[in-house]
Amino acid sequence: MKFMLMMNAPRGTGDWSIMNWAPDELKAHIRFMRQFAADLKNEGSFVAAEGLAAPAQARIVRAGKGGAPEVTDGPFAEAKEFLAGYWIVDVETPEQAYAFAARVSAAPGRGGKPMNMPIEVREVMSAPPVDA
Amino acid sequence: MEPVGEHLLRELAPQVLGAVVRRYGDFAAAEDAVQEALLVAATKWPDEGVPDNPRAWLIQVAARRMTDHLRAEIARRRRETAVVMEEPDEPIAPALDGDHEPEQDDTLLLLFMCCHPALTRPSAIALTLRAVGGLTTAEIARAFLVPEVTMAQRISRAKQLIKKSGEGFRIPDQREREDRLETVLHVLYLIFNEGYATSSGSTLHRVDLSNEAIRLARAVQQALPADGEVAGLLALMLLTDARRAARSGPEGELIPLDEQDRALWDRAAIDEGVALLGRAVARGAIGSYQLQAAIAAVHDQASRPEDTDWPQILALYELLLRMSDNPMVTLNHAIAAAMVQGPQKGLELLQPLDEDPRLAGHHRLAAVRAHLFEKAGDYEAAIAHYRAAATKTASVPEKNYLLMKAAKLSLTVRVGT
Repeated sequence: MKFMLMMNAPRGTGDWSIMNWAPDELKAHIRFMRQFAADLKNEGSFVAAEGLAAPAQARIVRAGKGGAPEVTDGPFAEAKEFLAGYWIVDVETPEQAYAFAARVSAAPGRGGKPMNMPIEVREVMSAPPVDA
Repeated sequence: MEPVGEHLLRELAPQVLGAVVRRYGDFAAAEDAVQEALLVAATKWPDEGVPDNPRAWLIQVAARRMTDHLRAEIARRRRETAVVMEEPDEPIAPALDGDHEPEQDDTLLLLFMCCHPALTRPSAIALTLRAVGGLTTAEIARAFLVPEVTMAQRISRAKQLIKKSGEGFRIPDQREREDRLETVLHVLYLIFNEGYATSSGSTLHRVDLSNEAIRLARAVQQALPADGEVAGLLALMLLTDARRAARSGPEGELIPLDEQDRALWDRAAIDEGVALLGRAVARGAIGSYQLQAAIAAVHDQASRPEDTDWPQILALYELLLRMSDNPMVTLNHAIAAAMVQGPQKGLELLQPLDEDPRLAGHHRLAAVRAHLFEKAGDYEAAIAHYRAAATKTASVPEKNYLLMKAAKLSLTVRVGT
């Protein structure tokens, strides 16, 4: 089963105050994320992972006159939540996906303490079952 | 098959393809025919031994496949008389080799074809890597981090576009060659940069694009030994690639030029680049690749950062500015000016760039500003610009580097939360 693990940037500025961390805290966080991706690969569950550009770079696009793109940039008044990045894992049970999500949620932040970020977990649609 | 044979086949493949395409003009069919010939070689040569003239052997087998294919096409689709007239009834190989044309010419011809003006750069890059580089579609897809099917489509559409353009794969005339050569060099430059930029971090299963670009640039240089810009591009690649081992740290972190362990630089590559550049420049008519190579050479010849001949680099950027309005050149010029005339001078030179739409919101402008503010001792401004740059970059190692710079400076300044 494939699941997407989504990390959302905090509402508003999209800033976790990572900007204000000390070098050691930053280093520990970066190292943790790198290790997490490596672990996913070593455990044979890695499908994909991407980080996205900062929310300030986001644009909302709708079809305008004649189908031409109508591009709006921020700040977005509705304080929409923005995706910061995602991982896609291939596992046997949803519980295994939750276990991975819990691991990444505990990434260290200020003072090296686990951040406990909320990670959204949803199954990725796949082929219909054989007996259908 | 043992490595020597594989290497030989890989080197001969583009030459054989070039020869067959030159003869028959049908790129896609020629590719199939050459692939089949390579397969036959891979099967037969380990047992029967490599033939005395392996290139002629491959051309002969591929040509036979082509005529078989063409006969089938004729029978099915009534092709033009011209093709029927050209159909040979004796082995092709002697005639094609009879001119004693340098083998590199066919590689060069293929490169000219793949860098067709109708193609976008990404398409030209993909086609070049496939047809001239001999990489598999899967390898190219992995190198550019797209699915294989996507890359296959990109390559297929590129071939169709060339076919539709009706160019007919003739040898371009002198003026066309000059235009096309510019595109070829740019495509190779882009391939090199893609390889170099992504060379930090995990590269376990990714083909080395930088090496591929260097290999192809060498082929072009051997085919056009008198061309200064071709030599300049090859020199630039060698002089840049020489620093690759020092460019990233054990955890994939970016290490800037002034902090690199220069003992890790590849001295042989530097020597080769410098020598190549020296010979090219001596011939006169200096172009932008030669200038960029010269700048890289000045950096590479300094055994320590403090030994860098910045006035020389500044002079070279001034020359480069005259032939290029690329804002990146302006940025680099500002850095060099700062090193010679002080950070304030550099900051002044950056101001006009705020109006440049090509740089609006670009992380490098903020990053360079931050760097200059740091050198000028204005840490608060430096921190603000490092952070701004971090939110604008699309590269994770770059983002981490910029955040780390801001964090370290903050510690020094203790600006609070």
